[in-house]
Amino acid sequence: PQTGVKLLFGSVKEHHVTLPNQSEPWDMKQLLVWIRGNMLKERPELFVQGDTVRPGILVLINDADWELMGELEYELQDKDNVVFISTLHGG
Amino acid sequence: MCQVDEEYNGQLEHRGAPRVSKKCVKCKENTAVLIIRAGDAFCRGCFKDYFIHKFRAMLGKNRVIFPGEKVLLAVSGGPASISMLSQVQEGLSRDAPKKLRFVPGIIYIDDGGASGQSMEERKRAVAQLESVFRATNYHYHIVHLEQVSSLPSSVLEAGSSATEKPETGLSYKAAVDHFIQTRKNQNQHSDLSVENGQSHLSSLSMQEVQNEVTSPITPEHTQALQRLFASVRTLTAKEDLLHTLRQHLILHTARTQGYTKVMMGDSCSRLAIKLLSNISLGRGASLAMDTGFSDPRYGDVVIVRPMRDYSSKEIAYYNRMFDIPSVFIPGLDTKAQDKASIQRLTESFVTKLQTDFPSTVSTIYRTSEKLHTACPPQNTNTQLSAKCLLCVCALDTKLEEFSAYQATLISEQLSQRRGQGPGFTPGGQSQGCETGEGGCCSSAKSVGIHVSCPQCIRLQCLHYCTAGLCTLSVQNINTVLILRCNPPLFGLYKVSKAFHRDAGPC
Repeated sequence: PQTGVKLLFGSVKEHHVTLPNQSEPWDMKQLLVWIRGNMLKERPELFVQGDTVRPGILVLINDADWELMGELEYELQDKDNVVFISTLHGG
Repeated sequence: MCQVDEEYNGQLEHRGAPRVSKKCVKCKENTAVLIIRAGDAFCRGCFKDYFIHKFRAMLGKNRVIFPGEKVLLAVSGGPASISMLSQVQEGLSRDAPKKLRFVPGIIYIDDGGASGQSMEERKRAVAQLESVFRATNYHYHIVHLEQVSSLPSSVLEAGSSATEKPETGLSYKAAVDHFIQTRKNQNQHSDLSVENGQSHLSSLSMQEVQNEVTSPITPEHTQALQRLFASVRTLTAKEDLLHTLRQHLILHTARTQGYTKVMMGDSCSRLAIKLLSNISLGRGASLAMDTGFSDPRYGDVVIVRPMRDYSSKEIAYYNRMFDIPSVFIPGLDTKAQDKASIQRLTESFVTKLQTDFPSTVSTIYRTSEKLHTACPPQNTNTQLSAKCLLCVCALDTKLEEFSAYQATLISEQLSQRRGQGPGFTPGGQSQGCETGEGGCCSSAKSVGIHVSCPQCIRLQCLHYCTAGLCTLSVQNINTVLILRCNPPLFGLYKVSKAFHRDAGPC
């Protein structure tokens, strides 16, 4: 879906990323840090706040609410699909 | 008394640690994919049923839409209004149980001129939306915000009901019969009577549907609009002005095209934010109308909000899972700071609170349902002079002792650089204007407008606007520009008429 979030990523909607290898599995918390450092083109505070995403951004992991997957503690698997949807732009 | 301790936290349903791998609360079989509200987890199938059912239930519970009625869907391209459009399609489709029966049209207001978009960007957005609209086969209207300057001043008048309002004792069924009868008597849209309404629509091919794209706008129109918005100093007032102008355009389109209902896509989350913002903006008196299911202020056209029970999260998830295409169009407040306007600040506040306390929005929503205006609903016999020019709500300017209005006037008086003469009394009965080089314009005693001479124009439409943000909007506008441009911006037409009538030779 066209959302406001893509504006922060150079208006590119889909990104395929390969995360660098590390010994422990990647979790969502680390992913957010990585995104902030490597992908966000501008205004990071509109996407992340503190450890987590800004309130109003819905996060789906493989089409399921990340609240059901453990949120920041969820461990990423190969080929996982993560979607960020801004719910702040209204009807 | 507020005390933060263990007990208090418990009562607020603080969201606990994230849950993992829940089963759907409805079917109890499938794995849940979405949590809404304070902990209801649904699987995909049950969520879809729940989402669709809620729309029908909302319309069924508040029975205000009559079969065969023309209903204008206000679509901004955003997720909620696009979702509303898809629900209307669902509900009207042949295979829907208990099919909805009304005649829909779509309106889109292109406000790129006010939010600083280029013509190319606007054309792109319109083209995207047109392809969405064409796929519905509904009649659609694309209206540019610039057209507000050619609206007649009659749009400011609350119309009488197209149908005589039946006695409130009538059941819904009787009201429907009454409606159909009145329509037949008026001999309006005879080809859209209930019997063949639906089949008529379905027999229209793509080519036959006359879709109205209004005449192209000139750069001068856009510049006039930009000047208007540039002269409004704060983002708060800009957003409010934009909302007002959009409402007027929607209303005008509805009236000229024969729509008696307008559906707006305000979601639960958006209405909660609107409720709190409006209180901050001084619009407490009209809260019930601004956030309720139906908004009868215009008389002949009733605004309804069928999405008011859906949270932004539900809408976003539904659109994603069932491929409902929304179009993102940057607005006035895109990427604005949290504190850029009252509306943005409220949105930030509510959204943050909702993250930790998921019943925030629904609590505000339930409170709004209990709000009713103390005075009787809009009476079509109310004179225009008793309604606000811009928001068409009853004036909240009864000058009682200790009223908010009196406080506004006093603080205004106190904040002027030169004091008023001894003749000043609150209520706008001033005898002269304050600063200014030229001779003083006569005061408009009878209509209560206090005007300054043109060199230092500061139009106080105290008797034409509510003691709220409408006054602010008009004061901020560079009225010299507006009054002298031809034709004057419709919203100030009545005011400028009064100004010229009462100001004498100035």
